Amino acid sequence: MTATVTTPGPRRARVISKKAVLPWLFLAPGLLLALVFKFLPMGKGVWLSFFDVRPFLGDRWVGFDNYTRVLTDHRFQDVVGHTLVLGIGMSLGGIAAGFLLALLLEGQARSLKIIRTAVFLPVVTATAVVGEMWRLMYYPTSDGLINSGLGLFGLGPVPYLDNPDTALWATTAMGIWMLAPYNMVIILAGLAGVDRSLYEAAAMDGVSLWQRLRHITLPAIRPALGIVLTLAAIRGLRVFTEVYVLTGGGPAGSTDVWMTRAYTLGFSRNDIGGASAASVLLLCVTLLLTVTVNYFRKRGDVR
Amino acid sequence: MSAPAIDPVRTPVTATPARKSAGKQRTTPARFDTALGWSDRPGPAWALRVLLCALALGVFAAPFLTVFSGSFSEKASGSTLSFLPHHPTLLNFQVAGERGIWDYFGNSLVIAGGGLLLQLVVCTLAAYALARHKFRGQALILTLFMLTMMLPEEVIAIPLSLVLGHVPVVGLDLKGTVWGVILPLGAWGFSVMVLTEFMKDIPAEIEEAARIDGVGELRMLWQVILPLCKPALGVAGVLGFIMIWDQYLLPLIAAKDPTDYTVTVALSILRTDPEVGSGVVLAGAVIALVPSLIVYLLLQRSLVTGITAGATKG
Repeated sequence: MTATVTTPGPRRARVISKKAVLPWLFLAPGLLLALVFKFLPMGKGVWLSFFDVRPFLGDRWVGFDNYTRVLTDHRFQDVVGHTLVLGIGMSLGGIAAGFLLALLLEGQARSLKIIRTAVFLPVVTATAVVGEMWRLMYYPTSDGLINSGLGLFGLGPVPYLDNPDTALWATTAMGIWMLAPYNMVIILAGLAGVDRSLYEAAAMDGVSLWQRLRHITLPAIRPALGIVLTLAAIRGLRVFTEVYVLTGGGPAGSTDVWMTRAYTLGFSRNDIGGASAASVLLLCVTLLLTVTVNYFRKRGDVR
Repeated sequence: MSAPAIDPVRTPVTATPARKSAGKQRTTPARFDTALGWSDRPGPAWALRVLLCALALGVFAAPFLTVFSGSFSEKASGSTLSFLPHHPTLLNFQVAGERGIWDYFGNSLVIAGGGLLLQLVVCTLAAYALARHKFRGQALILTLFMLTMMLPEEVIAIPLSLVLGHVPVVGLDLKGTVWGVILPLGAWGFSVMVLTEFMKDIPAEIEEAARIDGVGELRMLWQVILPLCKPALGVAGVLGFIMIWDQYLLPLIAAKDPTDYTVTVALSILRTDPEVGSGVVLAGAVIALVPSLIVYLLLQRSLVTGITAGATKG
């Protein structure tokens, strides 16, 4: 180490410049890929959102026309509503179900670990596979898996995905099913950090189970819940594959969400300007949400 | 962003305090181990828990059994979905094979293998620079990599498809090649983050000792740092694999025609084919499911650790 300090001037300078270049050589591949395939498309998306994109004819600057067109389109307004219903339903339902699962499956026993492994399967399964699974489970006649279950209770078959009134809820249910075990893992990690002596002390004071959950467990896992909520909300806003595979946006557009609409605009209708505007709007909402939640998290919890 | 360094092996996972409190646990009554105070001894509460666990398994795991049994059933439609196959047969897989499912599966394997390899190499190199070197603009670079994680594929899908059709400067058309899927997956903020945090914890003495022995940068990374990073590489590898296998939109927009699809995307081709029944779709689903299942069952600890680590960083 001291050798470096005592080396004569010119050689030392060369060492320093070599040292300065080295990290950038290691960073280059990652930065290049991120630049070309992430940030360039993002910039291009923002750029294109101000143009009427016409292949072979050249793009024409239209200012905010694409944005006003997208925002005033009543189909797009419907789509925002669906996205909110789906996103909020998936997030809250997924958290509630994940919390209940975590409370049920908390513990060190080997059997519990095996059950946790099995319950976690929906998370590792590719979304497209889950979509195909659920399409068959939702089979509309009385012999579909879920409908035959309903039949046991004497309830008639429900055409889950073929009815505009039920399709969005059926999609939300699938979303909850996919999210709940993921949330369970994060909440379980939060539960593992709860101070056991608090439970003991509470038991000595003769506190009821509900009070114990309310005053010890919930405050302790609040940071974990905050994270789970942020992740779920962002995921809910940009939901695409789930809907695209399960319903394709139908029937009658009843499950069309923000991203499936942007996809249709861009790839089927060739309205690249409009699709870009819709995507940029979604990006802004996502960023706004992230920043807001982070702000409240920093203010609320010290962690 | 500068939360306490993550050691993926020791991050609080479900079973974290086990080692530390294993001795203490036996002396403490079991009812304080869980938030609900479940008891291990048979009784009404125990029976309730068993019942609820069965319900949870029924809801979250049983559908997978019906998929497997349906794929081996002679005639699977909505009606015959059950836990045991009717007249077990491999016919569905044979028909799915005739529809080219193994070609799609091959595409998937090439993309998952190549994508994961590229991702690990690229992210390891970046993490090494970020963790073991000091340079100007370090915080900015780290933020850039984090942004790649926050920038959803969905949002950049349309311009990305234009970029894939004509890569700027070099002017290559990546559509219809596996590179169109593999290259965009190369820089993944999550892997960079996990590896950087892990590498930061490696004691400087090890590196200094090697440097005195005249070890160069690449050998340092390959022979000194990487062997110590195996747990973090495991986490990044498992999550990377699951993430790549789950890709839907990217293979869809990077494909020139349906023969370029991955197996997960190709399921929709099977489904819309009027000549095949749902048994064949289920066979395709099983083929698409098995690799991630194997990876999960072999490396589930790394996966769960990674999810918890990723979440606390979110």
